Amino acid sequence: MGTAQPRSVATSDDEAFKKELVQLIPHLRAFARTLCGDAAAADDLAQDAMLKAWDARNSFQMGTNMKAWTFMILRNQFYSEKRRSWRQSQLDQEAAERTLVAVDDPEAPVALDELRQGLAMLPPEQREALILVGAGGFAYEEAAEICGCAVGTVKSRVSRARRALHAILNEGAYDRDGAAASEAMKSILADAERLSTVR
Amino acid sequence: MIEQRPTEDRGRQSAALDEARLRQQAIGVRLRQMFDEVVNEPVPDEFLDILRRADEQASETKQTPEKS
Repeated sequence: MGTAQPRSVATSDDEAFKKELVQLIPHLRAFARTLCGDAAAADDLAQDAMLKAWDARNSFQMGTNMKAWTFMILRNQFYSEKRRSWRQSQLDQEAAERTLVAVDDPEAPVALDELRQGLAMLPPEQREALILVGAGGFAYEEAAEICGCAVGTVKSRVSRARRALHAILNEGAYDRDGAAASEAMKSILADAERLSTVR
Repeated sequence: MIEQRPTEDRGRQSAALDEARLRQQAIGVRLRQMFDEVVNEPVPDEFLDILRRADEQASETKQTPEKS
């Protein structure tokens, strides 16, 4: 695409960029949701990131990984805002418990809610690593680029996150209305089984 | 595992490993599902509006001759 073209402000480049960016919006929203918890704040963040990406389009090399690039922008945006705000982690957790799920689907399994709470309990750097690799479909190398750290660091964060999450869900490190948290794990397992048979 | 162990012990161990792996897999499936749930939501119009406005601004400035 546009091989021998000068990297100027050619409209066709803008068009191609825009098209690709639009396709990434759902992913940016999902990533933002995992960072912010609160759905409205997450959309604000995703919009800011989208605009920042658009403004920086001339510095993006078409053909390289735009998804990773935009995720990096979003993440930087999130942390620079967060630095300005106070006690965010407290808010994160509360918001996660309150809003992360706006599930209208009465059939939606309870376990999802519990997974979200478990995630909210992880240290943020572990949570984001796990989400990028485990849900966002990024390779460790890409996740490392997004987070601005070494590949080995991402790997160890992901594996610590997995272990911690497993422990939280399994052993009931969290307690909501006194329900045994191993119930959460059971229902996650049951759902996973159901899901994998559907696939 | 090359060390010698009583068979039933090894069996129990690998069963526990399988169990742990299964659980991790289950969490992985859930995690993706949680993420995809948002990915599959319709994108609020706001996003496209904002982008369209930014694009219009960009093409306006492009009308005026500029060097880059």
